[in-house]
Amino acid sequence: MALTNEHIKQRLIEKFDTEVSGFEDTYGMLSFEAPKDLNLKVLQFLYDDAELKFRFMTDLCAVHYPDQPGRELAVVYHLHNLIDNIRLRFKVFTSVAKPDVYTATALFSAANWMERETYDFYGVNFVGHPNLKRILNVDEMEYFPMRKEFPLEDQTRVDKDDEMFGRGGSMGFGTEKTEHGTIIESDKDNVGEEII
Amino acid sequence: MSEQHIKLPEGSIEKTTTTLNLGPTHPATHGVMQNILELDGERIVSTEQTIGYIHRAFEKIAERRNLYQITPLTDRLNYCSSPINNMGWHLTCEKLLGVKTPKRVDYLRVIIMELARISDHLICNSIVGVDSGAFTGFLYVMQYRELIYEIYEEICGSRLTTNIGRIGGFERNFNDIAFTKIQKFLDEYPRVLTEFENLFNRNRIFMERTIGAGAISAERALNYGFTGPNLRAAGVDYDVRIHSPYSSYEDFQFDIPVGTTGDCYDRFLVRNQEMWQSMNIIKQAMQKLQDFKGAEADVYHADVPEYYLPEKKDVYTKMEALIWHFKIIMGEINMPAGEVYNAVEGGNGELGFYFVSDGGRTPYRLHFRRPCFIYYQAFEELTKGAMLSDAIIVMSSLNLIAGEMDA
Repeated sequence: MALTNEHIKQRLIEKFDTEVSGFEDTYGMLSFEAPKDLNLKVLQFLYDDAELKFRFMTDLCAVHYPDQPGRELAVVYHLHNLIDNIRLRFKVFTSVAKPDVYTATALFSAANWMERETYDFYGVNFVGHPNLKRILNVDEMEYFPMRKEFPLEDQTRVDKDDEMFGRGGSMGFGTEKTEHGTIIESDKDNVGEEII
Repeated sequence: MSEQHIKLPEGSIEKTTTTLNLGPTHPATHGVMQNILELDGERIVSTEQTIGYIHRAFEKIAERRNLYQITPLTDRLNYCSSPINNMGWHLTCEKLLGVKTPKRVDYLRVIIMELARISDHLICNSIVGVDSGAFTGFLYVMQYRELIYEIYEEICGSRLTTNIGRIGGFERNFNDIAFTKIQKFLDEYPRVLTEFENLFNRNRIFMERTIGAGAISAERALNYGFTGPNLRAAGVDYDVRIHSPYSSYEDFQFDIPVGTTGDCYDRFLVRNQEMWQSMNIIKQAMQKLQDFKGAEADVYHADVPEYYLPEKKDVYTKMEALIWHFKIIMGEINMPAGEVYNAVEGGNGELGFYFVSDGGRTPYRLHFRRPCFIYYQAFEELTKGAMLSDAIIVMSSLNLIAGEMDA
């Protein structure tokens, strides 16, 4: 019998009962979460089980949700069963104050650098990792740049006006600012005036 | 005198091994990456890789970009086959947005992706030749990469970082010159590739340099997350084009070449065979394009005005097109919330996009699964106990592209 998302879900519930939750079928891929202390148990079960055989780690990354107190950081594993050709997504959530998650390097050698990258950008502390140090950023960096508290300028913000494009905010020649702040044409010679 | 002036680090006299910095800017690294090799004579005892020299924070930048502005970022991942990255990105967006593309668009995409695969493998294999001392093959095939770049130029106007296509299709139909050039490529390249293979495949020096160098077993390769030609050289027939077909790859007949030992020689042969298969796919796609008649033969994009950037001449003459143009360019299109993982078979392996949308106008999180990054970590295992010259050839035969590694 071909492996289906529903069957994987049943197997996981059989094994872990209420510990696994948040089952979702997103665009054909099964997605679920488990407590962070159980991450290795779940990965090991998925790896060893004679039916499930999720033995290929496709991807490991983190997502930061600052609005969820106590579970700000999600570590996302993408696993692939190459025999039955089925993928799944597994998440563990951790607080940003104590971002300790067990490392998967013992199970997947591929996790080594992916965990280092996740640590580098999100500060997830992978407990037991053989060489947890920064990989893409400089070693001296003191913060975790992919977290949401370091925003880039939002180019799609809804309140934007022409000031964003270098127009309207500064006074050009032959213009004048009204008391409402809008810029109108005027005869006033404003050469040398301070550019706002 | 020397005792006074030269201060050696402590223990360096007693040390029996030599530390050698290979890179970051070494001609043999073909990109900016550093290997710190610990050598005992000419044997490698251990290696440590340092990467990140061209890290450009694409994932962070992408969190504040509209979808169409992320396409040029994907160009710069594996810049030897940027059309595949572009298409992978468009396919990911289409999966999230629920856009269905017409068959003709799929076939055009297949053509351009397979051309990109050929140009990627062609560079990699000829560089393996250069690093083992054979320069001729490199120069010989280079003019056909040029021809591929000319085809890109006809289709999208640029060569290396292509920014090709849009969500829903292409910006314009392929013109006749493009088709003529593709046909020219199909006619001439087999002869060139045969000659290239004649140069290397049974070349005694090349075989002795590459057989057994950087070998990896199938189990270790899978454990290390290898995909693409490097995994197939180890004997696992995993190919995203077959396992989760995208862009109508299920309509094509082609083989997946596999190796047995996973060494540099097998990787070389697998890539060569893949070029033959790619040509076979392009031929089939050209054949299939002939079957479209009438209005269908001019379709080059899906009918999705809310995501597909309209043609410029329509923007100037049609109200509807002007509105959509404005909304798309200003990024005023809200995306459906959801999480999607989509992968394509890149030049190097499975290129994945993990896209988290919170229903806003930009990705909430975008993660690139970059095959190079994942298999460079196996470098130490591949070269332990090997000679220094093997390290060079393993590096080029893994096809490490710094742009993809560092994102």
